Amino acid sequence: MQKEAAIREPLILGHKTYHDVTEDVCKPIEDKAPRMWYILFSIALVIGLYGVGSICYLLGTGIGVWGLNKTIGWAWDITNFVWWVGIGHAGTLISAVLLLFRQKWRMAINRSAEAMTIFAVFMAGTFPLIHMGRLWVGYWVLPLPNHFGSLWVNFNSPLLWDVFAISTYLSVSLVFWYIGLIPDFATIRDRAKKPVAKRMYSILSFGWSGKAKHWNRFELVSLVLAGLATPLVFSVHSIVSFDFATSVIPGWHTTIFPPYFVAGAVFSGFAMVQTLLLVMRKAMKLEAYIHTKHVEYMNIVIMVTGSIVGTAYITELFISWYSGVEYEAYAFLNRATGPYWWAYWSMMTCNVISPQLMWIRKLRRSLLFTFFISIIVNIGMWFERYVIIVTSIHRDYIPAAWSMHYPSHIDIAVYIGTIGLFFTFFLLFARYFPVLALNEVKTILKGSGQSYKESPDYHKHH
Amino acid sequence: MADKIIYAMYGDDEVLKSSAKKLVSNGIKISEVYSPFPIHGIDPIIGVKGTRLGIMAFLYGLTGLTLATIGMRYFMVVEWKMNIGGKPNFSYVENILAFIPVSFEFTVLCAAHGMAITYLLLNRTLPGMKAQNPDPRTTDDKFVMEIRLSDQSVGEDKIDELLKDTGFEELEKKITE
Repeated sequence: MQKEAAIREPLILGHKTYHDVTEDVCKPIEDKAPRMWYILFSIALVIGLYGVGSICYLLGTGIGVWGLNKTIGWAWDITNFVWWVGIGHAGTLISAVLLLFRQKWRMAINRSAEAMTIFAVFMAGTFPLIHMGRLWVGYWVLPLPNHFGSLWVNFNSPLLWDVFAISTYLSVSLVFWYIGLIPDFATIRDRAKKPVAKRMYSILSFGWSGKAKHWNRFELVSLVLAGLATPLVFSVHSIVSFDFATSVIPGWHTTIFPPYFVAGAVFSGFAMVQTLLLVMRKAMKLEAYIHTKHVEYMNIVIMVTGSIVGTAYITELFISWYSGVEYEAYAFLNRATGPYWWAYWSMMTCNVISPQLMWIRKLRRSLLFTFFISIIVNIGMWFERYVIIVTSIHRDYIPAAWSMHYPSHIDIAVYIGTIGLFFTFFLLFARYFPVLALNEVKTILKGSGQSYKESPDYHKHH
Repeated sequence: MADKIIYAMYGDDEVLKSSAKKLVSNGIKISEVYSPFPIHGIDPIIGVKGTRLGIMAFLYGLTGLTLATIGMRYFMVVEWKMNIGGKPNFSYVENILAFIPVSFEFTVLCAAHGMAITYLLLNRTLPGMKAQNPDPRTTDDKFVMEIRLSDQSVGEDKIDELLKDTGFEELEKKITE
């Protein structure tokens, strides 16, 4: 058993036993769903289906139904793609990077953050796929021999790197998540009374029995997967940024992009985790496991990554002037003062100013304030991508070709639809899956639980 | 062969650990421990060796890296020297920078999936497998030690006596065919 300093706040509040942990997590799954769940699920599903319908319309008609034009060939869809991929960065960061750093507070949040990651990456993947226009030839991105001759996909292109990065990230995250879920499904299986539920969880738990050798392997596999996933997390958004950085468009062609995108991704991912968990902990009565301290830790991550993002914005602005390249300078001047000034300044306000408020202890420990800021950050990060993408290309080298981007209603419907689908998946997850990593939380109960920390012999040496 | 199995159930991981220590030091072989979460430090006591899955992951990763290199070299250099901006790929090494991202991703892909599949196969945990834990409570808050009589050099009475003061909650004996 590992001990920690007495002044460190306990991670599990109240006087919980191992059985209480199981009870608290399994109860919401076993009980009937509250009415609120059905209401939220219906709303999310309707919005999601509206999105699916719009995608069907788009596939039947062609991507001309989007608000793109000759000058602006990339806009709303890629903005949403990058936004969702960014959101999908928190889960694996929490479970992999924080595992390597032995941060125990991750254990209460990693399961749901990873679920969120997977659903977000699903949503992200939708956009490049539908942007192909002909979804049914999507398999052409694979290196397959071509019918028309010896032409292969271009491995020198960052767009193809992205295909590999996103699919690796999605599948590895899924495996990492599921390996952790197996023992917890076994817990639900062994408690299930209804035959259908028992059968379902029995299949899902793969016959897990909790043998010593299996746990031994489990811990090593988790550690190695964390080791593999850590550089993976950083590589994915770096490669997403290469889509822009390796081009020659002023405003995109910058070496600062990879670290700046990764920090932004973590920033927005943690904001989304906050949005979801603040509601979930209340709805599922998990306040003892996910409490102010966890929220504070996450707010510190938001503050740090937000500051990196802010520094990157200002560096970019400075370099555009310092470089002496007039096109580069104009791209940034146009961002701040051109027709999209409102998007630029929304981004600046949401992403640079709001995380700085987290320096104040009172604010970063306030749940209501955190919820508010998490929404602001998500909006800000969407604007960041919109600003980078649209303002850099809407005024190119020939003023006659200058244009504006106005999203069509299909653009908006697909975006809103992915939000609906994301919440549909997340609500299903919260209803049927153990939202807390049971087996991990139990291992820290004695080291970081309140009742153990307060007991008189906690600090005696054994 | 008929065998008798003793299941001693404990309510705490530390109690089980000290009990296991006592039994093992008296020459009893513990064939299995079932627990709801990993008990740190139990492996050396009951003689579970460290796993070599990490080495496997490395080998899978190496395989991925090799495959990616061979593949990309063939697609981009050997079979068709793709001409990008008037600069065809004449050699792999000189263009290696562009191939690093995919090499890395494919290495991670093979290492992670190879290791995960090996892990599931070794554990025999696959969809449709039957659970083997002796009591459903071992995935909740109970810890069970399994002792097979056929593994022991001493009799059942001796084991009973050793177990007596170890603080178990329940003791079950089962005869298997």
